[in-house]
Amino acid sequence: MIPLPNATRPTTGSGAFRVVVFEGTGSRPLEPTTRRELVTALLQKGHAVTVVRSGSAASAITGGTLVVLGRFTDAQPERAEGNGGAVAIHFRDIESAPAARAAEMVDEIRNELQLPKPGGWKPWFPVIDYDRCTNCMQCLSFCLFDVYGVSADKKIQVQNQNKCKTDCPACSRVCPEVAILFPKYRHGPINGDVVSSDDVRREVMKVDISALLGGDIYQALRDRSAKSKSRFAKERDEDRALEERQKCLVKLGEKLDIPAEVFASLPSIDEIRAKADAAAARAAAALSGN
Amino acid sequence: MSLPLRVLYCHCAYANVVPKAVKEDVLRQLTESGVAFDAVPDLCELSAKKDPCLAELAGGGPVKIVACYPRAVKWLFSAAGTPLPTDGIEVLNMRTETADAIAQNLLGRAAPEVTS
Ligand code: SF4
Ligand code: SF4
Repeated sequence: MIPLPNATRPTTGSGAFRVVVFEGTGSRPLEPTTRRELVTALLQKGHAVTVVRSGSAASAITGGTLVVLGRFTDAQPERAEGNGGAVAIHFRDIESAPAARAAEMVDEIRNELQLPKPGGWKPWFPVIDYDRCTNCMQCLSFCLFDVYGVSADKKIQVQNQNKCKTDCPACSRVCPEVAILFPKYRHGPINGDVVSSDDVRREVMKVDISALLGGDIYQALRDRSAKSKSRFAKERDEDRALEERQKCLVKLGEKLDIPAEVFASLPSIDEIRAKADAAAARAAAALSGN
Repeated sequence: MSLPLRVLYCHCAYANVVPKAVKEDVLRQLTESGVAFDAVPDLCELSAKKDPCLAELAGGGPVKIVACYPRAVKWLFSAAGTPLPTDGIEVLNMRTETADAIAQNLLGRAAPEVTS
């Protein structure tokens, strides 16, 4: 079997699925254009790729499933094990396979192993910069979609990344420390750019929800709900109540750059009330231990 | 014994925040250079899924990470429970730097001409 790099370290129990484009001893190098096409095709299919060349280093592969593609000078077994059985290795000769076909071979192995397909979800979620975060819990209280939680040691945490609403950066705007990043956001410093003192001062970075809604956001929504209810009772003017709520949300949306779809999926007022109470209790419990 | 320098390239799928021309040209120069490297489709996705390969990519000595803002990259690794070491990490930002400047940093020479 060809000598794979660094596959002799102790196992970490890794369950990773990775592809190696092997051009070390025992495999003839690819032409530069072929290598580019192959790596691009693999990345586009969502695979992590390691290009192994003699004389320079790539990362260690200590566990999981490895598909090794190469133009092997000697026949390789279709399957083998590495790192004391921690790495399941699948060899495929790509001598006569164009890039697209080679990438398909990898998909076939993944399908055979019934491993999940990558992609299908734009990875949009908040990332906390703990160098800046003061654990104030405002993000926990603000988010209506249960993205945030509190760790066992009472620290704010992003716990449900996939519940975050795609393209909505609202919680980053309520963080008083500019500690919440969305790496795929258009503008800095929310995208991870350096935070200047101007950013911290700038009004947009410290959106005052009170100014927007005349008090605590949940209280404001509750008040509006109550007002709407009494108005429904007295005037049955549902349209007017709806219009007022929409106006308020449009204003909030413009200020915070919140996509309209997020508003479309807001929980009901009763759910908001329950969530607000639960978040307040969790925040209070966490803060009491600070 | 000091560990050799590695290169990790992020292809930043699912969003157009990294200019397509920059990421494609960096990848072209990397693949045509003859150096070994690691490439991932999207570090953000790996972080969200706490993919075990992040530990292998973060560990193992000095690495130049070609992705986006260093602060974002640092906390994405951290969020996955695989923080980057404090030494030996350099992040090259494809949102703000040119492909040639990045290739020059990685490969230590002037960029070659397009060959296809
Ligand atoms: S609002 Fe900002 S500073 Fe406060 S806990 Fe959340 S991330 Fe930390
Ligand atoms: S880490 Fe940066 S470059 Fe990589 S996928 Fe995320 S936003 Fe894109």
